[in-house]
Amino acid sequence: MMERPLTQHIVPNREPLSAEEYEKVGGYGAVRKILGGIAPQDVTRMVKDSGLRGRGGAGFPTGLKWGFVPMGDAAPRPKYLAVNGDEMEPGTFKDRVLLEGNPHLLLEGILVVSYATQLDTAFVFLRAEYKLAAARMRQAIGEAYARGWLGKNILGSGFSLDVHVHTSAGRYICGEETGMINSLEGRRAAPRAKPPFPPVVGLWGKPTVTNNVETLCCVPSIVVNGPQWFKNLSRGDDGGTKLYGVSGKVKRPGAWELPMGTTVREILEEHAGGMRDGLSLRGFLPGGASTDFLTDAHLDVKMDFASIEKAGSRLGTGTTIVLDDETCPVGLVLNLTRFFAQESCGWCTPCREGLPWLASILSDLENGQGRASDLKILEEHTRLLGPGNTYCALAPGAMEPIASALKHFREDFERHLRGKRCPWRSAG
Amino acid sequence: MATIYVDGTPHEVEEGQNLLQACLSLGYDLPYFCWHPALHSVGACRQCAVKQFKDERDARGRIVMACMTPVADGIRISIDDPEAREFRKSVIEWLMTNHPHDCPICDEGGSCHLQDMTVMTGHAHRRFRYKKRTYRNQCLGPFLNHEMNRCIQCYRCVRFYRDYAGGRDFDVLGSRNRVYFGRHEDGVLENEFSGNLAEICPTGVFTDKTLKKHYTRKWDLQWSPSICPHCAVGCNVSPGERYGSLRCVVNRYNDAVNGYVLCDRGRFGYEYVNSEKRIRGPLARGAGENAVEAVSKGTALERIRPWISEPERVVGIGSPRASLESNFALRALVGPERFVAGMSDPELRLARRAVSILRDGPAAPPSVAEIEACDAVVVLGEDLTNSAPRLALAVRQAVRRQPTEKAARFKIPAWDAAAVAYCCQNEKGPLLVATPAPDRLDDAATWTRRAAPDDVARLGFAIAHAVCSASPAPDAMSEADRSLAEEVARALKDAKRPAVLTGVSCGSEDVLRAAANLAWALRAEGKDARLSIALPECNSMGLALMDGGSLDQAIEAVENGSAQTLVVLENDLFRRMEKTKAERLLESAQHAIAIDCVENPTTARAEIVLPAAALYEASGTVVNNEGRAQRFDRCYVAEDNIQDGWRWLIDAMSAARRSEAKDWTSLDDVRAAMTEALPALAGVAQLRVEGGKIPRQPHRYSGRTAMRAHIDMSEPTPPEDADSPLAFSMEGYSGAEPPALQPFFWSPGWNSPSAVNKHQREIGGALRGGSPGIRLIEAAPSEKIVWFEEIPQAFSRRPDEWLLVPLSRIFGGEELSVLSPAVAERVAAACIAMNPKDAEALGLKAGDEAEIRLGGTEPIRQPLADMKELPEGVAGWPSGLPGVEWVEMLSWIGRKGTD
Ligand SMILES: Cc1cc2nc3c(=O)[nH]c(=O)nc-3n(C[C@H](O)[C@H](O)[C@H](O)COP(=O)(O)O)c2cc1C
Ligand code: SF4
Ligand code: SF4
Ligand code: SF4
Ligand code: FES
Repeated sequence: MMERPLTQHIVPNREPLSAEEYEKVGGYGAVRKILGGIAPQDVTRMVKDSGLRGRGGAGFPTGLKWGFVPMGDAAPRPKYLAVNGDEMEPGTFKDRVLLEGNPHLLLEGILVVSYATQLDTAFVFLRAEYKLAAARMRQAIGEAYARGWLGKNILGSGFSLDVHVHTSAGRYICGEETGMINSLEGRRAAPRAKPPFPPVVGLWGKPTVTNNVETLCCVPSIVVNGPQWFKNLSRGDDGGTKLYGVSGKVKRPGAWELPMGTTVREILEEHAGGMRDGLSLRGFLPGGASTDFLTDAHLDVKMDFASIEKAGSRLGTGTTIVLDDETCPVGLVLNLTRFFAQESCGWCTPCREGLPWLASILSDLENGQGRASDLKILEEHTRLLGPGNTYCALAPGAMEPIASALKHFREDFERHLRGKRCPWRSAG
Repeated sequence: MATIYVDGTPHEVEEGQNLLQACLSLGYDLPYFCWHPALHSVGACRQCAVKQFKDERDARGRIVMACMTPVADGIRISIDDPEAREFRKSVIEWLMTNHPHDCPICDEGGSCHLQDMTVMTGHAHRRFRYKKRTYRNQCLGPFLNHEMNRCIQCYRCVRFYRDYAGGRDFDVLGSRNRVYFGRHEDGVLENEFSGNLAEICPTGVFTDKTLKKHYTRKWDLQWSPSICPHCAVGCNVSPGERYGSLRCVVNRYNDAVNGYVLCDRGRFGYEYVNSEKRIRGPLARGAGENAVEAVSKGTALERIRPWISEPERVVGIGSPRASLESNFALRALVGPERFVAGMSDPELRLARRAVSILRDGPAAPPSVAEIEACDAVVVLGEDLTNSAPRLALAVRQAVRRQPTEKAARFKIPAWDAAAVAYCCQNEKGPLLVATPAPDRLDDAATWTRRAAPDDVARLGFAIAHAVCSASPAPDAMSEADRSLAEEVARALKDAKRPAVLTGVSCGSEDVLRAAANLAWALRAEGKDARLSIALPECNSMGLALMDGGSLDQAIEAVENGSAQTLVVLENDLFRRMEKTKAERLLESAQHAIAIDCVENPTTARAEIVLPAAALYEASGTVVNNEGRAQRFDRCYVAEDNIQDGWRWLIDAMSAARRSEAKDWTSLDDVRAAMTEALPALAGVAQLRVEGGKIPRQPHRYSGRTAMRAHIDMSEPTPPEDADSPLAFSMEGYSGAEPPALQPFFWSPGWNSPSAVNKHQREIGGALRGGSPGIRLIEAAPSEKIVWFEEIPQAFSRRPDEWLLVPLSRIFGGEELSVLSPAVAERVAAACIAMNPKDAEALGLKAGDEAEIRLGGTEPIRQPLADMKELPEGVAGWPSGLPGVEWVEMLSWIGRKGTD
């Protein structure tokens, strides 16, 4: 039987485990273990050794990030944790599964990172629409306080931690870690430039760890079973399992916990059940809306950070959007671009002004009013809004589907231009 | 120093700055928007992109924002790189997708940073074919227009208004390409520095509403280097004129004084010059009735000749709002013994005390820039925002800057404004505001203390003693005050460059002494402490450095009959003494001659009134709070018979056949005589500049030959200016003019206020020729401090009587600026303010008419205002406000009246 440390206790359509039930199945074992006498630095080392990389999209090595937090008596206090549960990336719905399915697992992960970096207060930042997740999280936090897993002097160890739930007002940019920090501080949700990095200067100027929900849910099992065990779960270089998701016109859209490095083919064909009858696959965005299209030539690529990057895209959040042959790629890209234009925070010029322009152009193209020069403008933007040129990664992310669509589906753009209409829409 | 390579050329530059600053200082044209030399970097607009290369072999490089990249030794960048150029051009293209291109009807046109940057990047062809975004504009009060469609979202305005100036009623709202910069709803912008948005906004969103009413393109205005006449900070300004009327006032950069910013009183107060109350020709008042007739200059001088031929029968009343030269000319006319400084006895005593404290003690008066660099500040007794606004803004910068030293520990450079703010959060440097009435600086203060002037002084003495035990201690301090004093003293001792700021408005010499002891105590403890004393008027310090007596001396001379004639120079006596007293003085004099620019109760009672040039039409010297003598030069020659005060006095002297008159033909002649006669002013001699004709008009000045064609087809020869090397022309010297003589800042390709970049040695630093002005006051060495030993008793309230303290008002509290319609709109209602408990005890509530009796005079009626923070037993008086009678500060008022 395959190990599923993230979802083993999640049963669809059933209430999550209570604290008591969670304890009965071995929950909070990681907390008992570390508070029982593992030094904080050793916990961080374990996570480093496990090969865990962030599941929020950027894939940053988690243990390395924790290691940036100033430690010792001279370190500034309080230190904070901001758990990223904003999950507004179109096509991504994996954190919700964890938040709704097993909030105590996340709390356990929160306790581990908080102990490892000796921080004082954690905020769980949730997407505005995640009402059920927020309710379950609050319920779980209440239980955890009641049973002594949170609060002062946990298990008599001298270690204390408070956890709060913060629900967003609803902007995609709040998921960008510094946007989230600004938002928590009550400022406008616009990102911050780095340096300084949040582990050094974060929330209210204090050291702050930011981690994705899924990332932290991986952590308890690393502590309990050891880094090597976690590494071995994976079929690739990056440790652990991954919650892969698929949306689009497949037979069974959904999310599954699978070994890191499972191939695209296996995910699409075995777990998502393949394309709906009569449709065939034209391409897919492997890691969510802000990653490059791959095509059927890439079906045997492993879904891990390095392999997907080599194929020309990004693992991102590991949740795939599938493009079939009855869906217009121009329309799909238009839809995504509208989203990104809408969600631009408005801070930097290229994104704030460039994205709405591109959305207008894509809309003209889709409606048969495009001009030949439009493709050049689109292409220029995919370069001009590249990493480093804009203030944060939102705009470069928005360029990835456009750039790759122009590469893989150029002919479809041309057909819109030639025919002055969208070939996928019935005439008239 | 670091070597940076720009397109292959090595340059030695200062470390600790960013690449944008460095490149601009080196003279490169690199476009930018969100960066501003006073606001620093946030990296929002992406306009300053350059290529950075890893090393010599790196040919690809990567685009970085110059404003966000620190200078580092060996760094290689390219401004010229095709990709960097393309990117910068694209930034303009993006901005232009929504910018309305309405330059022809935009008030900013021709002095617009966005226009300049657009031309600089070369973007000229529009590819965007969609509708532009539009906004609803707001009505923001009398000072500024709002045209949001022009916004390029550089975020400068909100950063200036909120972060820099401490405003709260303005923000950035909305998101994506709908971000909006304005108020939550229409309404007057409250902040006293709002007008700077007109210069800080790089486009035409915020423009000067007063200019709009008589609009002229900036290139069509004639400018001059001048000084703001509306308080004693002495901000450097450039007034702009066309067709004989003043159209606007803009900032004139002086790194030591105003830097990039003015207050709204200074910027919008100029319209008094165009006011209906201007005196435009000599007037003679007939005997008996109040008939006034306009007379010729000759007639006027002929009339006064017999009155002034015997100087010993004349008293000359000078003025702290007139130039040194005008005052000196008056002194020459009447003789030093009969020249009075034009201030009341207490006023003059305080001003002289200020001078002696600054000159005889070891704490030098700081420049505004030095205040900004302080790391702990104590304000004693003065509501700076209302009496010396630019100083208050400097204090804000000091407390904002102080915590950034902490950011340095995280390797965050001071110019990385956003990162500094995230690191320091709302932390502020130590600031004590101890004043009688609520103070606008309170929100920036670590400690506030509301107390009567005596108690403010006692707190000051207590802090001084806690800093240095040699400074005498007040007895019987309350526990709260003692611990406050100790806490403040600790913070001051932790600082390196503490400053003490005080002023004379509340009329208390004890407060000045306390401030002096405190600053000296800090010096005694080895701190580089500064002491700033705010005086009320643009030349109060200059008059304090001269030798005249007080108005009491004039009253005495007139009343004892030794003087028959009064010559009042640019001074409304009704703003310095009780109405009845002023009336009596003017009536008892056989002849009263007033020289002034606007009608006021004094000119209304003078037999002969001579029309003086307003400061912007005049040339001369004034001395600011810092003891900095600054020259100002006329912007234009006012119509026919208006002339500088000192010129009228020379004319009077020649009418009286006085010999000096022959030698005095220009301002420099008066200056020379003055610096010889008055050693305290010797430094002013250095303000004299010889040299070529510097044009007052931009070289695009248009319509020169046509602008008077409806009057006379032939173009008149421009007037000569005998008093400066400036010409009323667009032609002339075009080299690096001395900074004090720069009428406006311009450079090819730089038509906006940013053109000042091209005139600075280093961006944000001193002008190429140095900082204009000569300091006349330097502190004494700190070896032997003579402490002030006299400490007042604690304030004890009197039954049924109230001690009057001033409520200074930036708008309306100053004589001239209130004549500007825009400023007049902002004047607060006259009132007498009291603690509600006191009001209640009197059976009065807010809004009720209070009847106020002062010794002997008619009762004054004024509506009562509640002011919770005012200490019980004192009453606040909005001195100087229109309709508010002059009352001496620190007098007791009451139901019973005092005698
Ligand atoms: C525009 C944008 C949106 C993002 N949204 C999310 C999000 O919703 N959830 C998330 O975990 N990370 C999001 N990220 C990534 C975060 O910035 C950050 O890398 C992540 O939360 C770090 O956690 P990890 O190291 O555990 O992955 C986003 C990044 C960008 C640029
Ligand atoms: S790229 Fe710029 S405008 Fe877009 S979200 Fe990031 S900071 Fe905001
Ligand atoms: S209003 Fe002016 S200063 Fe403010 S963001 Fe817009 S362009 Fe910049
Ligand atoms: S009133 Fe004072 S502070 Fe304001 S601009 Fe004039 S000199 Fe400066
Ligand atoms: S000036 Fe550098 S990004 Fe705006």
